[in-house]
Amino acid sequence: MIEPSVYVHGLEWTTKELFTYPNEFIYWSVQIVMYPYMTGLVAGAFVLSSLYHVFGQKDLKDMARFSLVFSLALLPVAAMPLLLHLQQPLRALHPLFTPHFTSAISAFGIVFSTYGLIVLSEIWFVYRKHFVEQVHALKGKKGAGLKRLVFMVLTLGAMDTSEEALAKDKRAVSIMAAVGIPVACFLHGYAGFIFGSVKANALWMSPLMPVIFIMSAVVSGIALCMLTYIVIMEFKKIKAAIAKGMGDESVQEIKGVEMDVIGKATRYLITFLVAAISLEILDLIFRGYTAMKSWDILRSVMYGKDFVNIFILQYGLGNLVPFIMLLWPKRTLRRVAIATLLILFGVFMMRWNVVIGGQAFSLSFAGFMHYHLPIIPHNLETFKEGLGGVLLVMVTPYVLFWIINKFTPSIGEATGKA
Amino acid sequence: MSKKCSRRNFIKKSIAGAVAAGLPLSAFKLLAPGEARAALKESNLRWAFLVDTRKCVGCGFCVKACKKENEVPYDVPVTRTWVERYVVTRDGRTHIDSPMGGRDGFTYKRIREEEIPDSEITKAFFVPKLCNQCQNPACVQVCPVGATYQTTDGVVLVDRTWCIGCGYCIMACPYGVRFFHPVHKVAEKCTFCYHRITKGLKTACVDACPFGARRIGNIKDENDPVTKTILTERVAVLKDEYGTKPHVFYLGLDERVR
Amino acid sequence: MKNHILRPLWVAILLVSAILIARGLYVPDDFGVNGRNFTYGFHRKGNIEDWKAFPVKYRGRDYCKECHEDNYSSVSDSAHAVIQCENCHGPALGHPDNPEALEIDRSRGLCLRCHADLPYPGSQRGDLPAINPDEHNPDTPCADCHNPHNPEQEG
Repeated sequence: MIEPSVYVHGLEWTTKELFTYPNEFIYWSVQIVMYPYMTGLVAGAFVLSSLYHVFGQKDLKDMARFSLVFSLALLPVAAMPLLLHLQQPLRALHPLFTPHFTSAISAFGIVFSTYGLIVLSEIWFVYRKHFVEQVHALKGKKGAGLKRLVFMVLTLGAMDTSEEALAKDKRAVSIMAAVGIPVACFLHGYAGFIFGSVKANALWMSPLMPVIFIMSAVVSGIALCMLTYIVIMEFKKIKAAIAKGMGDESVQEIKGVEMDVIGKATRYLITFLVAAISLEILDLIFRGYTAMKSWDILRSVMYGKDFVNIFILQYGLGNLVPFIMLLWPKRTLRRVAIATLLILFGVFMMRWNVVIGGQAFSLSFAGFMHYHLPIIPHNLETFKEGLGGVLLVMVTPYVLFWIINKFTPSIGEATGKA
Repeated sequence: MSKKCSRRNFIKKSIAGAVAAGLPLSAFKLLAPGEARAALKESNLRWAFLVDTRKCVGCGFCVKACKKENEVPYDVPVTRTWVERYVVTRDGRTHIDSPMGGRDGFTYKRIREEEIPDSEITKAFFVPKLCNQCQNPACVQVCPVGATYQTTDGVVLVDRTWCIGCGYCIMACPYGVRFFHPVHKVAEKCTFCYHRITKGLKTACVDACPFGARRIGNIKDENDPVTKTILTERVAVLKDEYGTKPHVFYLGLDERVR
Repeated sequence: MKNHILRPLWVAILLVSAILIARGLYVPDDFGVNGRNFTYGFHRKGNIEDWKAFPVKYRGRDYCKECHEDNYSSVSDSAHAVIQCENCHGPALGHPDNPEALEIDRSRGLCLRCHADLPYPGSQRGDLPAINPDEHNPDTPCADCHNPHNPEQEG
């Protein structure tokens, strides 16, 4: 009889086959899949916005502001899976207090907060003028006292909106965006390093891991920004259509702008997608060709147990199908939306196949483990590391974006004003 | 305007002052310098373990004693030490099992529902496993907070008050020795019964073994009987390809042992 | 007015200071490099003492001998001399005060750990006296016939 206070982490969602060591379980479950997935989205969204600010890719102007604010909304969510995963979440700050720098995880807090500060200050420079305007606009308005106060704080006391000061802001933005790119790549490449450096794990250990992670991160980030952008613009279109009628030129205008932005973002998406897939395939071929001791068990996982997950869902449905959909002539918005959705799914499956797939075989190379995602939670653990936790992590960025966007309008007409 | 500015400057300066005053100098110091480093150089104690697989009969008394001695819940599959059974058959297959880590010994011939006739067996043996207390422990290297460490006498311990429970060490150990403690919810592992060996006792598993298949000693002491055996006989270690330099040595280890 | 560009930097410095202050207050003083090097010896030094203070449960046969001399000597002369008393009688921590009596494992499973027939070539297990648990008086406790303290003698 197991007492209720006794809880074997992993026992509930792991089934074992043949011989595994007694202590082996799927210790890193779905939240560790979510972690690189969410950091990937953050990094990708930021890189997309930087393409405009740094490299002057004018075609991405509309997208840039949105993806910058969206990457801020995603930022806290990248740390959320880790909190949900930790067995001692109250000690989450220990890596900041006593960082053990030989560990790939120890610098997470530092890199993460550095990156957060960069994103925040870039946004501050972009929106400072807007903050100041709001402070003036809300002056003396009834019931807007609190809101005005928030904007006051947001200005950090810098009320100067002369041409000269704004030019300085602009320069600061491009500097921040430029500094941000390597930091974003580092943040995510580093997530890849966490896995790639685990020498005990035959599937993870690869120097290509960080690069693969960066590429797929950018892919997923661009895809998510495109998808969200399409959804929001469609919503605006419907709103305009209801207000002014379907044939109104404002509806047509929105549609035109939308198609144009999406078309340009697609080019970048395809480029990074090709890079990501090439690296993954290279890694796979190399493992097969060198056929080290672990290859027997890796092969039986990849070509056997996880075949559907890897080759059908990840490479097929998540990479090949959207690739064709995007390249097929006479692109439509709906097709792009579906393709980006599939790409997001494909990148998620890649994370899944790395994290869960890496634990699908025993360290003894003599047995297998299977992960069963807890759907209906019956205690805190099965909620945190089950479907409930995943949904929580997926919904949060949108809630945050909705809140943040109240202060830093980043879509549609408001963009033009700010 | 200038008045306003000076007020702001004043606020800024007073904040900066408050911060500077509040920051103890020690906050910037890299945490405590290595005083113990000198002690290690002089240390003439380094624990090592010797397992004689030919003597092990798979009774599992070691696992039972370990769980009780170290307060690892008895009825869960996770365990600090365990015993594996290897049965090699004529068709070249290796059947391996370790039900409940071998806590109740091996009392039946069948392995995972499969009956293996005696006539088919070419060789069969038991292999006790425990933490290798590596010289270069991969688990310690990856701990993000310094909650797990190597003592100067070579034992790897976990600080239960500091571990955040990320599981990175569990992933990094090539031997599958670590797990989350079912009650304390932190990383858990074999300590070579540190509370016993530092009092002159043997580990619980060594004491519990009726056949002398498990022994512990100081590898820096040439007169230690365990060290003598390690120095004079042909011993092997598990998975040396990871460069961890394990300090659990095996006599009669078969190439099929994983 | 002075350059406003550095404002975010001030916020950042403020944040870092807050973390450093919190660290100074929260982290125990004996935390640091207390061993070989930063890679393997970075920890809270006091934890070593914590582990040393862990209670010892198994006391060994010499402890049992202090009171149970008769049993001790009878076992010592038998083939079961290699087996520690506590393997069957349980850890002696606190005994005889608390618990007054130890819980003895009299199950067949205990004996079968060594005496269930597994004639394995290459292991000493095959050399031990063995029975097939399903055929050899399956419903009878071993101790009904065999004396665990002196197995050569029928109990």
